[in-house]
Amino acid sequence: MNTPASVLIVGASAAGLSTAESLRRGGYRGRLTLLGAEPHLPYDRPPLSKQVLAGQWEPERAQLRSSAALSDLDAEFVLGDPAIGLDAATRTVQTASGRVLRAESIVLATGVRPRALPETADLAGVHVLRTLGDTLALQVDLAQSKRLVVVGEGVLGAEIAATARTLGLDVTMVGPQPAPMFSQLGPMVSSLLGDVHAEYGIQLRLGTGVTALTGRRSRVAGVRLDTGEELPADVVVVAIGGIPNTDWLSGSGLTLDNGVVCDSRCRAAEGIHAVGDVARWQHYDSLLRLENRTNAIEQASVVAANILGADRPYRPIPYFWTDQFDAKIQVHGTPRADANVTIVDGDIASRRFVARHSVAGRPVAVVGWNMPKQTRLRRQEIVDATAGLVPTGR
Amino acid sequence: MKVSIDQSRCVAAGSCVAAAAAVFDQRDEDGIVVLLNASPPADLADDVRQAAAVCPALAITIED
Repeated sequence: MNTPASVLIVGASAAGLSTAESLRRGGYRGRLTLLGAEPHLPYDRPPLSKQVLAGQWEPERAQLRSSAALSDLDAEFVLGDPAIGLDAATRTVQTASGRVLRAESIVLATGVRPRALPETADLAGVHVLRTLGDTLALQVDLAQSKRLVVVGEGVLGAEIAATARTLGLDVTMVGPQPAPMFSQLGPMVSSLLGDVHAEYGIQLRLGTGVTALTGRRSRVAGVRLDTGEELPADVVVVAIGGIPNTDWLSGSGLTLDNGVVCDSRCRAAEGIHAVGDVARWQHYDSLLRLENRTNAIEQASVVAANILGADRPYRPIPYFWTDQFDAKIQVHGTPRADANVTIVDGDIASRRFVARHSVAGRPVAVVGWNMPKQTRLRRQEIVDATAGLVPTGR
Repeated sequence: MKVSIDQSRCVAAGSCVAAAAAVFDQRDEDGIVVLLNASPPADLADDVRQAAAVCPALAITIED
Protein backbone atom coordinates (compact mmCIF):
# COMPACT_ATOMS: atom_id res chain seq x y z
CA MET A 1 0.00 0.00 0.00
CA ASN A 2 1.25 3.46 -0.88
CA THR A 3 1.43 6.25 1.63
CA PRO A 4 -1.44 8.68 0.98
CA ALA A 5 -0.54 12.12 -0.34
CA SER A 6 -3.03 13.75 2.01
CA VAL A 7 -4.71 12.88 5.29
CA LEU A 8 -7.79 14.64 6.65
CA ILE A 9 -8.59 14.06 10.31
CA VAL A 10 -12.15 14.97 11.24
CA GLY A 11 -12.02 15.85 14.93
CA ALA A 12 -9.32 17.91 16.62
CA SER A 13 -9.41 16.56 20.15
CA ALA A 14 -7.15 13.98 21.80
CA ALA A 15 -7.69 11.15 19.32
CA GLY A 16 -7.43 13.33 16.23
CA LEU A 17 -4.38 15.20 17.42
CA SER A 18 -2.67 11.98 18.56
CA THR A 19 -3.26 10.48 15.13
CA ALA A 20 -1.64 13.52 13.50
CA GLU A 21 1.34 13.34 15.84
CA SER A 22 1.72 9.60 15.34
CA LEU A 23 1.70 10.08 11.57
CA ARG A 24 4.48 12.65 11.77
CA ARG A 25 6.48 10.54 14.24
CA GLY A 26 6.06 7.65 11.81
CA GLY A 27 7.73 9.71 9.11
CA TYR A 28 4.68 10.95 7.24
CA ARG A 29 5.56 14.07 5.24
CA GLY A 30 2.35 14.52 3.23
CA ARG A 31 -0.42 17.03 3.65
CA LEU A 32 -2.20 16.89 7.00
CA THR A 33 -5.44 18.67 7.89
CA LEU A 34 -7.38 18.61 11.17
CA LEU A 35 -11.00 19.71 11.09
CA GLY A 36 -12.52 20.60 14.46
CA ALA A 37 -16.10 21.47 15.41
CA GLU A 38 -15.05 23.55 18.40
CA PRO A 39 -13.33 26.91 17.99
CA HIS A 40 -10.56 26.11 20.49
CA LEU A 41 -7.13 24.71 19.85
CA PRO A 42 -7.07 21.04 20.92
CA TYR A 43 -7.61 20.64 24.64
CA ASP A 44 -7.69 17.81 27.10
CA ARG A 45 -10.97 16.62 28.62
CA PRO A 46 -10.06 14.65 31.79
CA PRO A 47 -9.10 17.82 33.72
CA LEU A 48 -12.44 19.48 32.90
CA SER A 49 -14.47 17.66 35.57
CA LYS A 50 -11.65 17.96 38.10
CA GLN A 51 -9.01 20.72 38.05
CA VAL A 52 -10.76 23.09 35.65
CA LEU A 53 -14.21 22.78 37.24
CA ALA A 54 -12.61 23.21 40.67
CA GLY A 55 -10.94 26.41 39.52
CA GLN A 56 -7.48 25.01 40.29
CA TRP A 57 -6.43 25.28 36.65
CA GLU A 58 -6.95 28.09 34.24
CA PRO A 59 -8.55 26.68 31.07
CA GLU A 60 -5.31 27.33 29.15
CA ARG A 61 -3.60 24.68 31.25
CA ALA A 62 -5.83 22.04 29.68
CA GLN A 63 -4.60 22.84 26.18
CA LEU A 64 -3.18 19.65 24.68
CA ARG A 65 -0.10 21.17 23.04
CA SER A 66 1.66 24.52 23.02
CA SER A 67 1.27 26.73 19.97
CA ALA A 68 4.91 26.00 19.14
CA ALA A 69 4.33 22.24 19.22
CA LEU A 70 1.23 22.57 17.05
CA SER A 71 3.17 24.67 14.59
CA ASP A 72 5.95 22.04 14.47
CA LEU A 73 3.30 19.50 13.48
CA ASP A 74 3.06 21.21 10.10
CA ALA A 75 -0.67 20.58 9.85
CA GLU A 76 -3.51 22.81 8.82
CA PHE A 77 -6.10 23.35 11.54
CA VAL A 78 -9.62 24.20 10.41
CA LEU A 79 -11.47 24.95 13.64
CA GLY A 80 -14.99 25.96 14.59
CA ASP A 81 -16.41 24.31 11.50
CA PRO A 82 -18.23 21.00 12.10
CA ALA A 83 -18.27 18.33 9.42
CA ILE A 84 -21.78 17.75 8.08
CA GLY A 85 -21.29 15.12 5.42
CA LEU A 86 -18.92 12.52 3.98
CA ASP A 87 -18.77 10.98 0.54
CA ALA A 88 -16.86 7.79 1.26
CA ALA A 89 -16.21 6.92 -2.38
CA THR A 90 -14.45 10.20 -3.19
CA ARG A 91 -13.32 10.80 0.40
CA THR A 92 -14.80 14.25 0.46
CA VAL A 93 -16.02 16.02 3.60
CA GLN A 94 -18.47 18.92 3.64
CA THR A 95 -18.49 21.36 6.53
CA ALA A 96 -21.15 23.56 8.11
CA SER A 97 -19.59 26.72 6.66
CA GLY A 98 -19.60 25.26 3.14
CA ARG A 99 -16.01 24.07 2.88
CA VAL A 100 -15.32 20.97 0.80
CA LEU A 101 -12.25 19.06 1.96
CA ARG A 102 -10.87 16.10 0.10
CA ALA A 103 -8.06 13.73 1.02
CA GLU A 104 -6.69 10.33 0.06
CA SER A 105 -7.04 9.13 3.62
CA ILE A 106 -9.71 10.20 6.10
CA VAL A 107 -9.72 9.63 9.86
CA LEU A 108 -13.00 9.93 11.75
CA ALA A 109 -12.40 11.25 15.27
CA THR A 110 -15.61 13.12 16.06
CA GLY A 111 -16.05 11.71 19.56
CA VAL A 112 -19.28 11.64 21.50
CA ARG A 113 -21.77 14.15 22.83
CA PRO A 114 -23.55 13.89 26.18
CA ARG A 115 -26.83 12.04 26.34
CA ALA A 116 -29.57 14.36 27.57
CA LEU A 117 -32.60 13.68 29.70
CA PRO A 118 -35.71 14.03 27.55
CA GLU A 119 -37.65 17.29 27.74
CA THR A 120 -35.15 19.26 29.81
CA ALA A 121 -33.70 21.54 27.15
CA ASP A 122 -35.71 24.60 28.14
CA LEU A 123 -34.85 24.52 31.86
CA ALA A 124 -32.06 26.79 33.04
CA GLY A 125 -29.67 25.28 35.57
CA VAL A 126 -29.50 21.88 33.84
CA HIS A 127 -26.00 21.08 32.61
CA VAL A 128 -23.99 18.46 30.82
CA LEU A 129 -20.20 18.35 30.77
CA ARG A 130 -18.25 17.55 27.66
CA THR A 131 -16.64 20.73 26.39
CA LEU A 132 -14.66 23.53 27.93
CA GLY A 133 -17.68 25.78 27.39
CA ASP A 134 -19.88 23.33 29.31
CA THR A 135 -17.36 23.34 32.16
CA LEU A 136 -17.14 27.11 32.46
CA ALA A 137 -20.93 27.46 32.35
CA LEU A 138 -21.31 24.86 35.11
CA GLN A 139 -18.60 26.55 37.15
CA VAL A 140 -20.49 29.87 37.05
CA ASP A 141 -23.75 28.20 38.05
CA LEU A 142 -22.15 26.22 40.89
CA ALA A 143 -20.69 29.42 42.33
CA GLN A 144 -24.22 30.80 42.72
CA SER A 145 -25.81 27.60 44.00
CA LYS A 146 -26.15 25.60 47.19
CA ARG A 147 -27.70 22.32 46.12
CA LEU A 148 -26.47 20.19 43.25
CA VAL A 149 -28.02 16.97 42.06
CA VAL A 150 -25.86 14.85 39.77
CA VAL A 151 -27.89 12.48 37.61
CA GLY A 152 -25.54 9.65 36.70
CA GLU A 153 -23.20 7.59 38.85
CA GLY A 154 -20.56 6.71 36.25
CA VAL A 155 -17.01 8.08 36.11
CA LEU A 156 -18.02 11.56 35.01
CA GLY A 157 -20.94 11.88 37.41
CA ALA A 158 -18.86 10.68 40.35
CA GLU A 159 -16.01 13.06 39.50
CA ILE A 160 -18.32 16.05 39.17
CA ALA A 161 -20.02 15.16 42.46
CA ALA A 162 -16.66 14.95 44.23
CA THR A 163 -15.42 18.24 42.75
CA ALA A 164 -18.61 20.09 43.61
CA ARG A 165 -18.58 18.73 47.14
CA THR A 166 -15.00 19.94 47.54
CA LEU A 167 -16.26 23.36 46.40
CA GLY A 168 -18.69 23.28 49.32
CA LEU A 169 -22.00 22.44 47.68
CA ASP A 170 -24.62 20.12 49.08
CA VAL A 171 -24.43 17.28 46.58
CA THR A 172 -26.74 14.36 45.87
CA MET A 173 -25.80 11.73 43.30
CA VAL A 174 -28.54 9.67 41.67
CA GLY A 175 -28.31 6.63 39.42
CA PRO A 176 -29.65 3.18 38.67
CA GLN A 177 -26.60 1.17 39.73
CA PRO A 178 -26.12 -0.04 43.33
CA ALA A 179 -22.86 1.93 43.80
CA PRO A 180 -20.88 4.64 42.00
CA MET A 181 -19.06 3.26 38.93
CA PHE A 182 -20.41 -0.22 39.68
CA SER A 183 -20.00 -1.46 36.11
CA GLN A 184 -16.49 -0.03 35.77
CA LEU A 185 -15.10 -1.15 39.14
CA GLY A 186 -17.04 -4.23 40.12
CA PRO A 187 -19.12 -4.66 43.30
CA MET A 188 -16.38 -4.54 45.95
CA VAL A 189 -14.46 -1.46 44.89
CA SER A 190 -17.54 0.50 43.84
CA SER A 191 -19.05 -0.18 47.24
CA LEU A 192 -15.94 1.30 48.87
CA LEU A 193 -16.17 4.30 46.55
CA GLY A 194 -19.76 4.78 47.69
CA ASP A 195 -18.52 4.73 51.31
CA VAL A 196 -15.95 7.43 50.49
CA HIS A 197 -18.55 9.64 48.82
CA ALA A 198 -20.82 9.26 51.85
CA GLU A 199 -17.97 10.02 54.26
CA TYR A 200 -17.31 13.26 52.42
CA GLY A 201 -20.97 14.19 52.79
CA ILE A 202 -22.43 13.32 49.42
CA GLN A 203 -26.00 12.07 49.61
CA LEU A 204 -26.41 8.93 47.55
CA ARG A 205 -29.69 7.88 45.94
CA LEU A 206 -28.53 4.81 44.10
CA GLY A 207 -30.55 2.04 42.56
CA THR A 208 -33.09 4.67 41.61
CA GLY A 209 -34.24 6.22 38.36
CA VAL A 210 -35.19 9.79 37.54
CA THR A 211 -38.75 10.32 36.35
CA ALA A 212 -38.69 14.09 35.84
CA LEU A 213 -36.95 17.36 36.53
CA THR A 214 -39.18 19.95 38.10
CA GLY A 215 -38.91 23.65 37.37
CA ARG A 216 -39.97 27.02 38.66
CA ARG A 217 -40.05 30.06 36.40
CA SER A 218 -38.14 28.17 33.69
CA ARG A 219 -35.32 27.23 36.07
CA VAL A 220 -34.75 23.74 37.45
CA ALA A 221 -35.99 23.30 41.02
CA GLY A 222 -35.75 19.61 41.70
CA VAL A 223 -35.29 16.03 40.59
CA ARG A 224 -38.11 13.55 40.98
CA LEU A 225 -37.17 9.92 41.54
CA ASP A 226 -39.05 6.75 40.79
CA THR A 227 -39.20 6.13 44.54
CA GLY A 228 -41.49 9.16 44.78
CA GLU A 229 -38.84 11.28 46.48
CA GLU A 230 -38.22 14.77 45.12
CA LEU A 231 -34.75 16.21 45.62
CA PRO A 232 -34.60 20.01 45.68
CA ALA A 233 -31.87 21.40 43.42
CA ASP A 234 -30.49 24.77 42.39
CA VAL A 235 -28.45 23.13 39.68
CA VAL A 236 -28.53 19.70 38.04
CA VAL A 237 -25.80 17.94 36.09
CA VAL A 238 -26.82 15.14 33.75
CA ALA A 239 -24.00 12.65 33.20
CA ILE A 240 -25.67 9.57 31.78
CA GLY A 241 -23.26 8.64 29.04
CA GLY A 242 -22.33 9.68 25.55
CA ILE A 243 -23.78 9.29 22.08
CA PRO A 244 -21.25 8.81 19.24
CA ASN A 245 -21.20 11.76 16.85
CA THR A 246 -22.13 9.87 13.69
CA ASP A 247 -25.27 11.72 12.57
CA TRP A 248 -23.23 13.59 10.00
CA LEU A 249 -22.18 10.25 8.48
CA SER A 250 -25.69 9.03 7.70
CA GLY A 251 -25.86 8.50 3.97
CA SER A 252 -22.07 8.03 3.75
CA GLY A 253 -22.42 4.29 3.24
CA LEU A 254 -20.39 3.52 6.37
CA THR A 255 -21.80 1.09 8.89
CA LEU A 256 -23.03 3.07 11.90
CA ASP A 257 -24.12 1.19 15.00
CA ASN A 258 -23.31 2.80 18.34
CA GLY A 259 -20.29 4.36 16.66
CA VAL A 260 -18.44 3.91 13.37
CA VAL A 261 -18.13 0.17 12.91
CA CYS A 262 -14.60 -0.85 11.91
CA ASP A 263 -12.59 -3.99 11.34
CA SER A 264 -9.83 -5.04 13.73
CA ARG A 265 -7.49 -2.56 11.97
CA CYS A 266 -9.88 0.31 12.83
CA ARG A 267 -10.73 0.64 9.16
CA ALA A 268 -14.31 1.67 8.34
CA ALA A 269 -13.91 1.57 4.54
CA GLU A 270 -11.15 1.79 1.97
CA GLY A 271 -9.04 4.81 2.97
CA ILE A 272 -11.22 5.62 5.98
CA HIS A 273 -10.34 4.86 9.60
CA ALA A 274 -12.00 5.75 12.89
CA VAL A 275 -10.30 6.51 16.18
CA GLY A 276 -11.18 7.43 19.75
CA ASP A 277 -14.60 7.58 21.40
CA VAL A 278 -16.49 7.32 18.10
CA ALA A 279 -14.77 4.14 16.85
CA ARG A 280 -16.35 0.72 17.42
CA TRP A 281 -13.94 -1.85 16.19
CA GLN A 282 -13.74 -5.62 15.95
CA HIS A 283 -12.06 -6.64 19.19
CA TYR A 284 -11.56 -10.41 19.22
CA ASP A 285 -15.07 -11.85 18.87
CA SER A 286 -17.14 -8.71 19.46
CA LEU A 287 -17.31 -5.02 18.71
CA LEU A 288 -15.82 -2.68 21.30
CA ARG A 289 -16.03 1.06 21.75
CA LEU A 290 -14.11 2.76 24.55
CA GLU A 291 -14.52 6.27 25.86
CA ASN A 292 -11.31 7.03 27.64
CA ARG A 293 -8.21 9.12 27.32
CA THR A 294 -5.60 6.43 26.89
CA ASN A 295 -7.67 4.68 24.26
CA ALA A 296 -7.49 7.85 22.18
CA ILE A 297 -3.69 7.73 22.27
CA GLU A 298 -3.19 4.01 21.79
CA GLN A 299 -5.75 3.64 19.04
CA ALA A 300 -4.31 6.69 17.26
CA SER A 301 -0.92 5.05 17.16
CA VAL A 302 -2.33 1.91 15.51
CA VAL A 303 -4.46 3.90 13.06
CA ALA A 304 -1.48 6.04 12.05
CA ALA A 305 0.69 2.95 11.53
CA ASN A 306 -2.02 1.32 9.41
CA ILE A 307 -2.43 4.46 7.28
CA LEU A 308 1.32 4.29 6.67
CA GLY A 309 1.05 0.73 5.42
CA ALA A 310 1.13 -1.51 8.47
CA ASP A 311 -1.54 -4.15 9.01
CA ARG A 312 -1.90 -4.11 12.77
CA PRO A 313 -4.98 -5.17 14.72
CA TYR A 314 -5.84 -2.90 17.64
CA ARG A 315 -5.92 -5.03 20.78
CA PRO A 316 -5.56 -2.83 23.84
CA ILE A 317 -5.77 -3.68 27.49
CA PRO A 318 -8.25 -0.93 28.39
CA TYR A 319 -7.00 1.52 31.01
CA PHE A 320 -8.52 4.47 32.79
CA TRP A 321 -7.98 6.37 35.97
CA THR A 322 -10.11 8.58 38.16
CA ASP A 323 -9.28 10.84 41.08
CA GLN A 324 -12.07 11.48 43.59
CA PHE A 325 -11.44 13.00 47.01
CA ASP A 326 -8.40 11.17 48.38
CA ALA A 327 -8.84 8.11 46.15
CA LYS A 328 -6.67 7.60 43.08
CA ILE A 329 -8.24 4.70 41.23
CA GLN A 330 -6.56 2.94 38.31
CA VAL A 331 -8.17 0.22 36.23
CA HIS A 332 -6.36 -2.00 33.75
CA GLY A 333 -8.47 -4.51 31.86
CA THR A 334 -12.22 -4.99 32.10
CA PRO A 335 -13.67 -5.70 35.56
CA ARG A 336 -16.68 -7.99 35.61
CA ALA A 337 -19.40 -8.29 38.21
CA ASP A 338 -19.07 -12.08 38.11
CA ALA A 339 -15.29 -12.06 38.60
CA ASN A 340 -13.52 -13.62 41.52
CA VAL A 341 -11.81 -10.72 43.33
CA THR A 342 -8.55 -11.16 45.24
CA ILE A 343 -6.60 -8.45 47.03
CA VAL A 344 -3.07 -9.02 45.74
CA ASP A 345 -1.29 -5.96 47.17
CA GLY A 346 -1.98 -3.79 50.20
CA ASP A 347 -5.23 -4.07 52.12
CA ILE A 348 -8.67 -2.54 52.05
CA ALA A 349 -8.55 -1.32 55.65
CA SER A 350 -5.65 1.01 54.92
CA ARG A 351 -7.28 2.07 51.65
CA ARG A 352 -4.26 1.16 49.59
CA PHE A 353 -4.74 -2.01 47.62
CA VAL A 354 -4.77 -3.77 44.28
CA ALA A 355 -7.78 -5.99 43.54
CA ARG A 356 -7.33 -8.61 40.85
CA HIS A 357 -10.43 -9.75 38.98
CA SER A 358 -10.28 -13.26 37.60
CA VAL A 359 -12.77 -15.24 35.56
CA ALA A 360 -12.26 -19.00 35.25
CA GLY A 361 -8.83 -18.58 36.80
CA ARG A 362 -7.66 -15.97 34.28
CA PRO A 363 -6.96 -12.39 35.37
CA VAL A 364 -9.24 -10.03 33.41
CA ALA A 365 -8.62 -6.79 35.31
CA VAL A 366 -6.68 -5.15 38.11
CA VAL A 367 -8.25 -2.32 40.05
CA GLY A 368 -5.91 -0.20 42.13
CA TRP A 369 -6.78 2.13 44.97
CA ASN A 370 -4.00 4.57 45.87
CA MET A 371 -1.39 2.13 44.55
CA PRO A 372 -0.85 3.20 40.93
CA LYS A 373 2.61 1.75 40.48
CA GLN A 374 1.77 -1.61 42.00
CA THR A 375 -1.40 -1.74 39.90
CA ARG A 376 0.53 -1.14 36.69
CA LEU A 377 3.00 -3.88 37.59
CA ARG A 378 0.06 -6.30 37.87
CA ARG A 379 -1.14 -5.37 34.37
CA GLN A 380 1.28 -7.92 32.95
CA GLU A 381 -0.83 -10.71 34.43
CA ILE A 382 -3.71 -9.64 32.18
CA VAL A 383 -1.37 -9.45 29.19
CA ASP A 384 -0.16 -12.98 29.85
CA ALA A 385 -3.68 -14.35 30.32
CA THR A 386 -4.87 -12.61 27.15
CA ALA A 387 -1.92 -13.87 25.11
CA GLY A 388 -2.95 -17.42 25.92
CA LEU A 389 -6.40 -16.79 24.46
CA VAL A 390 -5.46 -15.31 21.14
CA PRO A 391 -4.88 -17.38 18.07
CA THR A 392 -1.80 -15.75 16.54
CA GLY A 393 -2.19 -13.78 13.37
CA ARG A 394 -5.94 -13.33 13.75
CA MET B 1 17.90 15.52 24.29
CA LYS B 2 16.75 17.14 27.50
CA VAL B 3 13.75 15.77 29.39
CA SER B 4 11.68 17.45 32.07
CA ILE B 5 8.61 16.32 33.97
CA ASP B 6 5.75 18.11 35.70
CA GLN B 7 4.80 16.05 38.74
CA SER B 8 1.80 18.31 39.43
CA ARG B 9 0.22 17.17 36.15
CA CYS B 10 1.09 13.47 36.49
CA VAL B 11 -1.88 11.10 36.91
CA ALA B 12 0.28 8.06 37.71
CA ALA B 13 -0.74 6.01 34.70
CA GLY B 14 2.82 4.75 34.32
CA SER B 15 2.65 4.83 30.52
CA CYS B 16 6.07 6.49 30.43
CA VAL B 17 7.68 3.66 32.38
CA ALA B 18 6.25 1.13 29.96
CA ALA B 19 7.73 3.13 27.08
CA ALA B 20 11.15 4.00 28.57
CA ALA B 21 11.92 2.26 31.84
CA ALA B 22 15.54 3.47 31.82
CA VAL B 23 14.41 7.09 31.96
CA PHE B 24 11.19 7.09 33.99
CA ASP B 25 9.97 5.41 37.15
CA GLN B 26 7.04 5.86 39.53
CA ARG B 27 7.16 6.64 43.24
CA ASP B 28 6.17 3.58 45.27
CA GLU B 29 3.83 5.53 47.53
CA ASP B 30 1.66 7.37 45.01
CA GLY B 31 2.76 6.36 41.52
CA ILE B 32 3.87 9.87 40.52
CA VAL B 33 6.56 10.02 37.82
CA VAL B 34 10.24 10.15 38.74
CA LEU B 35 12.83 11.20 36.19
CA LEU B 36 15.83 8.87 36.29
CA ASN B 37 17.84 10.55 33.55
CA ALA B 38 17.20 14.11 32.34
CA SER B 39 19.68 13.76 29.47
CA PRO B 40 19.12 10.30 28.03
CA PRO B 41 21.49 8.93 25.39
CA ALA B 42 20.59 9.04 21.71
CA ASP B 43 19.69 5.36 21.51
CA LEU B 44 16.82 6.00 23.94
CA ALA B 45 15.52 9.07 22.13
CA ASP B 46 12.74 7.27 20.27
CA ASP B 47 11.54 5.57 23.44
CA VAL B 48 11.51 8.86 25.32
CA ARG B 49 9.58 10.58 22.54
CA GLN B 50 7.11 7.71 22.67
CA ALA B 51 6.83 8.14 26.44
CA ALA B 52 6.01 11.83 26.05
CA ALA B 53 3.48 11.04 23.33
CA VAL B 54 1.62 8.38 25.30
CA CYS B 55 1.51 10.30 28.58
CA PRO B 56 -2.23 10.91 29.12
CA ALA B 57 -1.50 13.91 31.35
CA LEU B 58 0.97 15.83 29.16
CA ALA B 59 3.47 15.75 32.02
CA ILE B 60 6.64 15.16 29.95
CA THR B 61 8.45 17.84 27.95
CA ILE B 62 11.34 17.21 25.58
CA GLU B 63 13.85 19.69 24.25
CA ASP B 64 16.10 18.45 21.49
